[in-house]
Amino acid sequence: MSIETLSGALLAHGNYWIVIGLMMTGLYVVIDRGNLVKKIIGLNIFQTSVFMLYISMGKIDGGTAPILDQALGRTYSNPLPHVLILTAIVVGVATTALGLALVVRIKEAYGTIEEDEILAIEHGEDDR
Amino acid sequence: MSQLLKVAEAAAHGVTESATHTAQHAAHAATPSLSLLGDNLPALAIVVPLLAAPLVALMIRPALAWSLAALAGLTTLAVTGGLLARVLDSGPIVYAVGGWAGPWGIEYRIDTLSAGMLVLVAGIGAVSLLYARASVAREIPPARASLFYSLMLLCLTGLLGMCISGDVFNVFVFLEISSLSSYALIGLGSTRRAFTAAFNYLILGTIGATFYVIGIGLLYMMTGSLNMADLATLVPAQMDTTTVQMAIAFLAVGLSLKAALFPLHLWLPNAYAYAPSVVTAFLAATATKVSIYVLVRFVFTVFGGTGLLVLEGPLGLSAGTLICVLALAGVVVASLSAIYQEDAKRLLAYSSVAQVGYMLLGVGLASPAGLSAGLIHVFNHALIKFALFLAVGAVVWRTGSAHMAALAGAGKRMPWTMAAFVIAGLSLIGVPGTVGFVSKWMLLQAALAQQLWLVAGLILFTSLLAVVYVWKMIEAAYFRPVPEGGPEIAEAPLSLRLPLWLVALACIYFGLDASGPVGIAETATRTLLEGGA
Amino acid sequence: MKRHSILRVTAKFFIPPIMLFALYVQFHGDFGPGGGFQAGVIFAAAVILYALLFGRARTEKVLPLPVLRALAASGVLLYAGVGVVDMLLGGAFLDYSVMAHDPHHGQHYGILLVELGVGMTVFAIMSLIFLSFAGRKR
Repeated sequence: MSIETLSGALLAHGNYWIVIGLMMTGLYVVIDRGNLVKKIIGLNIFQTSVFMLYISMGKIDGGTAPILDQALGRTYSNPLPHVLILTAIVVGVATTALGLALVVRIKEAYGTIEEDEILAIEHGEDDR
Repeated sequence: MSQLLKVAEAAAHGVTESATHTAQHAAHAATPSLSLLGDNLPALAIVVPLLAAPLVALMIRPALAWSLAALAGLTTLAVTGGLLARVLDSGPIVYAVGGWAGPWGIEYRIDTLSAGMLVLVAGIGAVSLLYARASVAREIPPARASLFYSLMLLCLTGLLGMCISGDVFNVFVFLEISSLSSYALIGLGSTRRAFTAAFNYLILGTIGATFYVIGIGLLYMMTGSLNMADLATLVPAQMDTTTVQMAIAFLAVGLSLKAALFPLHLWLPNAYAYAPSVVTAFLAATATKVSIYVLVRFVFTVFGGTGLLVLEGPLGLSAGTLICVLALAGVVVASLSAIYQEDAKRLLAYSSVAQVGYMLLGVGLASPAGLSAGLIHVFNHALIKFALFLAVGAVVWRTGSAHMAALAGAGKRMPWTMAAFVIAGLSLIGVPGTVGFVSKWMLLQAALAQQLWLVAGLILFTSLLAVVYVWKMIEAAYFRPVPEGGPEIAEAPLSLRLPLWLVALACIYFGLDASGPVGIAETATRTLLEGGA
Repeated sequence: MKRHSILRVTAKFFIPPIMLFALYVQFHGDFGPGGGFQAGVIFAAAVILYALLFGRARTEKVLPLPVLRALAASGVLLYAGVGVVDMLLGGAFLDYSVMAHDPHHGQHYGILLVELGVGMTVFAIMSLIFLSFAGRKR
């Protein structure tokens, strides 16, 4: 494969590469990090990748903003994915707020927000 | 309506000028006019709890909040009952939200299966809300009680919405409404472990829901539609593309996570064990079931039924076989884990994971008999687990703990509560004369009809495991001596026992006369397998 | 934050236009880009900016938490209430066309009220989230 075809393939699907990169980064952070706030950040990155997937999906070559005006026959980008993702963003904000609220309560109850330390405290309780 | 048709017919034949005029006039007056209780019934199923939730949140006195919430729960049950009667009477109902018809607008589409699920969820919601008053007064600080009821109603709205909606993105929105409220509800548990349990559920639940969004995004990319019925006609042409196959994979994983299919069940035991008693009972009887419903909806309505399940995949494994293997592995592993639990709520939570396995086993068998058995088990297990968790909730109300030690002697001191517990426990094992028997028998027959001896053997073997873990609790309750010097424990109050006995008696009633739910499940199976809603 | 007079003075200049802009986004939402979600967040941003600079206590004098809670609930009530009114008028849930004699006007009123409900709830919830987190004793 020559450099041209390779870069062509990369550029033609540029948005997908970004989405996949963000998605994997987010999932990795959620799984690997023990800090609960970092888990929430990872979750946010993961969700953002999906927002990007939807928003880039609605783009049509040469399409303008989908606002109705007098000139007919213009190409518009598809606004539906954007509207859908507006809902998903709101859901994401709610999830983040709830997650952080739980982290605050965990910090107050356990004195730490590191997963391994919390687990150690819980195991200690079980053994007693 | 039929009169109108007759007039219009007469007009079409051109009887007289005036007849035409009357018909036009009648048609004009009739088209925009939907009656509130008749045609708007599908919307009311969602609107009643949705409207009640903010009203309840505004109430300051817990008693007032509870009355309104319970009233809303009962009204919702009546509405969904009306819907079921209508669907059984005159076939599926399609309702265009906002008057925007599908496939562009959001459609509510109610067929036998969704109507059955609606009644199940609304019924469990109503009984939980009735039970909640005493339980919440003990477990939730009074300042938060009205917000608690409001969250219960929102969770109910979300679960009902997932059953009623015919639009895949709308299903996601309702999924998140129910999930977000259940994370908060679980976090209201009385120990600090409720926070970590809720947090873990939040992380895994959000990943599951996001996978679901990715799946429908990919489907939308290929078909340009979000309407289930419309997708069902558009997807077959694209079935061979990688994009649609990826969509199926994302949807399957996301929904299995929410349904707690083994090995994606890790969030469930802690979430159920540390949540407030009412929340555990409500969620255990509804949340995973509704996710299974959505999964079934996708497999059969959107992706065209059994074709997908028997399709040969990599390694010569079909999707159906894979589901069966995972389901059975889940049943065995979760039943074994349940045996070693020392906390009754946690034990029952593991048993829930096992029972989810039976439901999905029915789906994975990919035969009409298997699917009906799986669907009927959704209903039966909802009743059984609801009764068991309500009984444990009554014990927690008295002793403040669900530990085996707290159960000791409960058989003597709380005879009514524990008798209902025993009935539900026998149902869980599958003793004839109870609901548990009906679905296990059907499942066994479905497995035998396909000559899957190993599957049938495992169903019997895991029923024995159920005997072990149910016996463990009954032994603690009836044969362990009442601890000396402990606080005096009496029977649970009537407001806890009445709902519990209602559900326990339902376990027996539907075990003796299963024709109602079985009929619904079989009709639902037929419509699902014929494709299309 | 008592000594940061530059920040405090600048903020006082900024907060009114931010609120005005939020109202513009809110009530222009049915003609152009905008709507309740965005307006609610922008309005909440003004409140949060005020709370950052002048303290939570002073903010809660203007917007006590119970008031915000009630506002959040009434936003949802307004939204669902519009839908119920539509059903009472003989339309489907949220079918605004029946709200006026001319369906176009009906759609206009309906979306305006619904977006107002969304805006109220989003504003109240965003402010509540901030104030609750900020008010937590460490």
